[in-house]
Amino acid sequence: MKKWQCIVCGFVYDESEGWPAEGIQPGTRWEDVPNEWVCPDCGVTKMDFEMLEIVA
Amino acid sequence: MSPPIVILGAGLAGHSVARELRKLDKAVRITMVAADSGAYYSKPSLSNAFRAGKTADGLVIGSAVDMSRQLDIEILADTTVDAIEVSNRRLFMNGKPIEYSRLVLALGADPIKLPLDGNAIAAPSNVNDLASYALLREKLADAHDVAIIGAGLVGCEFANDLADAGYRVTVIDSMAQALGRMCPPECAIALQEALSLLGVRWCLGRQVKGMTADGSRSVIDLDSGEKIHCDVVLSAIGLRPRTSIARQAGLATSYGIVTDSYLGTSAEGVYAIGDCAEMHGRVRAFVMPIMIGARALAQTLAGNKTDVRYPHMPVAVKTPALPLVVLPPEQGADGAWQIIGTGANRRALFRDQKDNVRGFIVTGSFANEKASILKSMTAA
Repeated sequence: MKKWQCIVCGFVYDESEGWPAEGIQPGTRWEDVPNEWVCPDCGVTKMDFEMLEIVA
Repeated sequence: MSPPIVILGAGLAGHSVARELRKLDKAVRITMVAADSGAYYSKPSLSNAFRAGKTADGLVIGSAVDMSRQLDIEILADTTVDAIEVSNRRLFMNGKPIEYSRLVLALGADPIKLPLDGNAIAAPSNVNDLASYALLREKLADAHDVAIIGAGLVGCEFANDLADAGYRVTVIDSMAQALGRMCPPECAIALQEALSLLGVRWCLGRQVKGMTADGSRSVIDLDSGEKIHCDVVLSAIGLRPRTSIARQAGLATSYGIVTDSYLGTSAEGVYAIGDCAEMHGRVRAFVMPIMIGARALAQTLAGNKTDVRYPHMPVAVKTPALPLVVLPPEQGADGAWQIIGTGANRRALFRDQKDNVRGFIVTGSFANEKASILKSMTAA
């Protein structure tokens, strides 16, 4: 499972944790997160920002 | 050919409006005017750039040329606008008049300057864009001791970043605690203690009286009589919206450029967004209000008049030593903080006289309560 970081604000999406607060189950890969999802910290839409894969 | 939509400013707000508008309208001409290079970068990334070892160039997400191609817009870099003539829908650049169909002011804000006595050879540094970040990096290259004036969000994030990068950091603020009025003392103290473990020294409740040079170093005189010796002084005491060009053009300004719910200014066809704008008495100098505002404004510019509805927008204080999520209650809210937890794990709720939650802070093990607390709050 990978971790991804919002290039705008640094928020980290951990695939193993998902984002249950918005119904994204643990284990959801980044490519499977819906396109309408916005970064919880800064509001940038998924399509508009790069998530950098970060090596733990 | 009708005049373009002109966006003054190429920061996060300017670029976001351009991007959102282009999604809705592939044809409209868009011109962005940047006083600087016009490169697209993220301001929040300045706060962890030192420990990440990033140069200013390394923080650029897309150059002006890249963004111009990607979005099919014209970007005029290193260009200052002298004046705006709203009655004729035009502005003046280097004496030349340029017409606009609509104008978006995304001018940002200037760091507030400390009024200083003393024979300081150089004023303190501040960081509010790539150019000032690059300058700070140069100054820090041979430095060991850094004094940060201002223990707000930016001061604390830089204190963490610079301490992580190996500098000896002293933070000075006239308030008795870090993060000013954003949070109750228990949470501020938790952050202060976490940063102290990294070696950060706190001089709180002290005013800066003056600053003088001592060879290549600086000496800061505090009202307590203490003297802080350091190699570099970084001032982070707040931002003042850039309003002068708007004021000169006759637009209504208060602390920022005054806008209505559509981000419209007092002049028809002129809008303001981001750190320069003041909607309903508040300047919202954060990323989320910019993103939400840009989406609504793009709809309006594309012909679908849309008002901006801000939800509650908590702010992430990105201090890795102790990250916090903070939603301060509105100014003047009458109530009290209820705090549970210990050490680095805290949940603070600001409840009003009717027991409604009007603000909160979560840290550590309580961080995942943010969503449920927001759900429990009445609409913004």
